[in-house]
Amino acid sequence: MSALATSATDVAWTTDEMRVAGSLLRVRKGGAGDPVLVLHHEIGSPERLPFYDALARRFTVYVPSHPGYDGSERPGWMRNVRDVAVTYQALIAALNLSKVSVIGLGFGGWIAAEMATMAPRGLHRVVLVGAMGIKPAQSDILDEALVSYIDYVRAGFEKQEAFDQVFGAEPPTPLLEQWDLNREMTFRIAWKPYMYNPTLPHLLAGVKSPSLVVWGRRDRIVPLECGEAYARALPQSRLAVIEDAGHFIDMEQPEALAKLVIEFAAQP
Amino acid sequence: MHLMYFSEQPMSAYPVDEGKEFGATALMFSNRYFDPVEGSRLYQEYLEHYRLAEEVGFDGIMLNEHHNAPFCMQAKCNIFASILAAMTKRVKLVLLGNPLPLADNPVRLAEELSMIDMISKGRLVSGFVRGGGQEQLAAGVNPAYNRERFEEAHELIVRAWTQTGPFRFEGTHYQHRVVNPWAVPLQKPHPRIWIPGVLSKETIIWSARQRYPYIALSTAIDATKKIWELYDSVAAEAGYTAGPENRGYLQRCHVADTEEKAMANARHFMWMQGEFTGLAHPVWSTPSGYFSPSYRKAFVEFAVGRGANPRAATFEDQIRNQQIIAGTPKTVIPKLRRLLEETRPSIVGFWASDGFVSNEDSKKCIRMLGLEVLPAVREIGKELGLLSPFEANAPVSIAHSTPPAPAMA
Repeated sequence: MSALATSATDVAWTTDEMRVAGSLLRVRKGGAGDPVLVLHHEIGSPERLPFYDALARRFTVYVPSHPGYDGSERPGWMRNVRDVAVTYQALIAALNLSKVSVIGLGFGGWIAAEMATMAPRGLHRVVLVGAMGIKPAQSDILDEALVSYIDYVRAGFEKQEAFDQVFGAEPPTPLLEQWDLNREMTFRIAWKPYMYNPTLPHLLAGVKSPSLVVWGRRDRIVPLECGEAYARALPQSRLAVIEDAGHFIDMEQPEALAKLVIEFAAQP
Repeated sequence: MHLMYFSEQPMSAYPVDEGKEFGATALMFSNRYFDPVEGSRLYQEYLEHYRLAEEVGFDGIMLNEHHNAPFCMQAKCNIFASILAAMTKRVKLVLLGNPLPLADNPVRLAEELSMIDMISKGRLVSGFVRGGGQEQLAAGVNPAYNRERFEEAHELIVRAWTQTGPFRFEGTHYQHRVVNPWAVPLQKPHPRIWIPGVLSKETIIWSARQRYPYIALSTAIDATKKIWELYDSVAAEAGYTAGPENRGYLQRCHVADTEEKAMANARHFMWMQGEFTGLAHPVWSTPSGYFSPSYRKAFVEFAVGRGANPRAATFEDQIRNQQIIAGTPKTVIPKLRRLLEETRPSIVGFWASDGFVSNEDSKKCIRMLGLEVLPAVREIGKELGLLSPFEANAPVSIAHSTPPAPAMA
C-alpha cells in the first residue's frame, strides 16, 4: 500500500511484528494516550490514513494487519472470524493494555463485536462502523465474490472522488493483487455464511461495554438495517448515522468519524 | 490407442441475443431462458449420438459436467454415465470428470461410481477435476480450499474403493464417522483415474506424482509439449518412465463432406465467443484463491479489463495451431498425424461438434469419424507405438505399481 500518497503529519508511526496465539502479527503504532485498537476492512488498509492520524492525536493507536492480510503471514489453520477475534484478545494481553477501546471498521467491526462477546467487561468502549457480522433481514450484504476488485471498493464510497483520492482513479496492479490476496484470506475465514455469524446477535446481549454504532446512510455494502440490528442487540449502545457517506466512512469522511469516535472513546 | 467421442452437450436452444446482451453466460445468465421442452429434445439427441459413437467404433465416451451455463447440459456426469452403463455394451465410460471439491460427501461419489462400474461390467474410467471457477460459486464451495478439498476427497474415494470398511475418516475438510459403502468397484484395484486439465501446473505435477494419465484439454501443440516435459520430469523424480499411456488429448475435430461445410460447422466451437468453457465473466471464472498464484497478476488485470483473457484465442489462431481441426477425412488425417507425432498421446478424445451444429450434421460427423478417420488414426498409432493404458496394461496408479526389483549384489 506504499503507493498511496499520505499527507505530511505530526504523528510518528512505528511497525512491530510479534507472534501472538499462533499468528505473526504486524502492528502499526502511533500517538499517545489511552489505548485504541483499530481493526481494518476486509480490503485491507493503507498504512497511513488521515483517520488514523486524527485518532493518534488523542490516543495510543494500534492498527494490526489482520493475519494473512496486506502481506502479513497467512495462518493456514485459521478458519473463521472468531479466530481473529481471539487472536486480538491475545494481542491486548500480550501488550499488557488496559482500558482499551476497539474501533472496528466494516469487516473489522465484526471482529470487534466478536471480541466484545468474549470479554463482556473487557473493553472500555466499542465502536462498530458499518460492521459486518449480522445477517440483514430485508436484503443482503454485498457479495464481493461476484464483483471486480475496483467495483467492489468503489461500491463502498458514496463519493467517487474520495476513492480516487485514497487509491488513485486507476489503482496500480500491485494494489489489485493485494486486494486479491486479501479477498482470498476473507474467503478462507468468512466464506459461509457470508459475512455474518448467526449466533452473534444472541451473544451480543451479554456485552457490558458501552458501544457506539456508526453507519453511512448510503452504505451499499452492509445495509443500514444491520446497524439498527447491532444497536438493538447491544445493551448499552446508540446508533449514529452519517448522511452522505457510504461504507468506507473512515476514508470518505475521516474528520466526522474521528470526531464521533474521540468524543465517545475519551469518556472516562 | 484409446479413441473417445466427446460432446459438451450444448444447450443451444436459448435466445442467443439475450445471452449476448447479458454478456457472460456462465453462472448468472438467467435460467428463465432455459426451455425444458428443448432440453428434453436435446438430451434425446445426445443419447442418440452416444449410441452411434459406439456403433461406428469409438473405444470410449467421454463425459463431463458444468453448472449454471448453456455451454454444457450435463449438471451431473454420473447421470449420463449411469444411463450409458446400461445402454451401451462395449465402450469405456470416461468421466472427465467429477468435480471433487464441489462434493460435500465424497463417499457418496465413491458409491455412485462403484455402481456405474458394476452396472457397466467394469467399463468405468473415473476422472476427477477441480471444477471451473464459476462452479465454485454455483455450488457455494469455498474457492480458497479448492485444491485441498480435491486432494482430500480423492484420498477418501480411493480409500473407500480399496480399503475394507468400516473405517473412520477425519480429514481437514471431510469427516466421516463410518465409511463402509455397500457398493465397491468391479475393477481391481480400482477403476482407472485420468485427470484432465488445461492450465494449472499444480494439476500436471499432482497427476504425474500419482501416475495418473493427464488429459490435455485442447491446448496448442507447443503448450502440450511443455505439459509432457513437466509430466515426464515429475514422473522420473517419482521413479517411473512416463510414456504415451500417460498422455491424453482432447481434440476439437469436425469432419464433413466438404471443407467449406466442415469449416462453417467448426466455427460453432467458438459459439461462446472464445473460451471453450463458456463465455466466462472474468471475476466469476477466477474467484480469489481458486487459481494458481503464478497467474495472479494476469487474472487480476483480466478481471478489471486491463489484460486479455489468458485463456482466449481467436478461431483463426486455433485453426492455425490445430486446437481446432476441421475438414474432410482426407484433410484432417494428416493434421491428426502431426498431433500424434509431435505430442505422442495414446488417449485421444474427439470433440466433434458444438453450438448450433444440426443434429443431422452432428451424426454425419460421428459416422465419418468412426468409419473413415479412426481406422487411419489407429494405423498411425500402431506405427508410432502409442499404446493406451489398457493396451500397455499400465498400473492404475503409483500406489499400485510394481516396485522395481532390487539390484542384485
